[in-house]
Amino acid sequence: MASYSTNEFKGGLKLLLDGDPVSIVENELVKPGKGQAFNRVKLRNLKTGRMIERTFKSGESVEAADVVDANLEFSYNDGEFWYFMDPDTYEQVGASNEAVGEASKWLKAQQLCQVTLWNGAPLMVTPPNFVELTVTETDPGLKGDTAQGGTKPATLETGAVVKVPLFVESGEMLKIDTRTGEYVSRVKD
Amino acid sequence: MLQNIRAFFTRYNALEVETPILSKSTITDPHLHSFKTGYLNHHYYLHTSPEFFMKRLLAAGSGDIYQICKVFRDDEQGQNHNPEFTMLEWYRVGFDQQQLMDEIEKLFKTLLKKLDTELSWQSVKRISYQQVFIDVLGIDPLETGVVELKSVTEKNNIEIPIGMDADDRDMWLDWLMTQAIAPSLDKKQFTFLYDYPASQAALAKLNSADPRVAHRFEVYYGELELANGFNELTNAAEQRRRFEEENKKRQQLGLDIIPVDENLLSALEQGIPECSGVAVGLDRLLMVLLGIERIEDVLSFGVRKV
Repeated sequence: MASYSTNEFKGGLKLLLDGDPVSIVENELVKPGKGQAFNRVKLRNLKTGRMIERTFKSGESVEAADVVDANLEFSYNDGEFWYFMDPDTYEQVGASNEAVGEASKWLKAQQLCQVTLWNGAPLMVTPPNFVELTVTETDPGLKGDTAQGGTKPATLETGAVVKVPLFVESGEMLKIDTRTGEYVSRVKD
Repeated sequence: MLQNIRAFFTRYNALEVETPILSKSTITDPHLHSFKTGYLNHHYYLHTSPEFFMKRLLAAGSGDIYQICKVFRDDEQGQNHNPEFTMLEWYRVGFDQQQLMDEIEKLFKTLLKKLDTELSWQSVKRISYQQVFIDVLGIDPLETGVVELKSVTEKNNIEIPIGMDADDRDMWLDWLMTQAIAPSLDKKQFTFLYDYPASQAALAKLNSADPRVAHRFEVYYGELELANGFNELTNAAEQRRRFEEENKKRQQLGLDIIPVDENLLSALEQGIPECSGVAVGLDRLLMVLLGIERIEDVLSFGVRKV
């Protein structure tokens, strides 16, 4: 099994800790002047998303986690699993609701997503920063009201509800920032 | 700051010297990693401090000397670490560790006065390594065994690092130093810790009254370590024995064996005057004087930008 020594630690490195895959967020050297050095490391548990802090004696080796990020296309959801396909090999993997998490709000067919795979199984799904989705339902638009503030809820084709400006109409395509869940603009063909 | 340091040593009669950065030998300390390079098919190391060359100058009769130079340490990068940094190292013939601490205090005070800084001079605290452990953790670091060191660590809710060698007393002491002792030091004051355990001072003379401790000291500001000094070991045979012991430890840890610096040992054999020396990390001192938190912010370019 591959492993990393503490002197290879850097942000983004994937390790196996207590059986869970973790990613290094921050690595800080702790040293008492002369003498034994230690690495205090902030890690994100990739299964739970939780941040943890652990210290290692410098020079210690830690098992690497077989974690890779792949760009996969969302296919469909059968209620239990969300299926993603590799556009080159057509290989398909099923991600649990837990792995998809918040990303589910932005998934429509053929949407390319970053899927984090651990030993080949989806661990986490990250949608693109911006997605384009059609409004399926919203109150009728107010013509001419393009400058003033004021928002109303709009339901998108994925079921997500976002706040949009009053002029937005049903059937229009919107650009959404998935990191904040906020409306960015209308998309004009 | 460099001008003020040079003016200080001119005034107090120390000679500025320059010694090689490349050397066929280096320090055997298992916790220090030297950069290794090559020249004419031989291994050479970048120095981790100019100590060995400066001691050879002392043996040759240089008298009091100081040097300001870049030093290099592999695997050291972080908030307070950069793999190359600037060191001020100086030696005073005939000084013991307390006299050298007096002079460090005088230098720091001078630098503080000359710099336009908000920091004001506070009295300096001097306390022995043994006493500070007794005060903070209630244990005697010279006597306490590994079992008790572990239970003290747990009792104080200090995490035990992954890979901790449970039988290594010094490793426990080093860990407690970083987690309990250093954070307890006055945040706005220089603290001098002296009389380190003999096992943590490969280049220092032992205390003849209590051979459990060596004449080694460290200077802290808050919990930031700034300087390390010794009353220098002058006995060549003893120095060779300590180098070999450290190499044995390196072997156990799977590290490179370092060729012992025969030039230094023969200089010690010829005779080096009784003296004390100290190395000050100038980048960190500047951090303290200017109230800056990250070493990168006092460097022109930290290692992540080179």
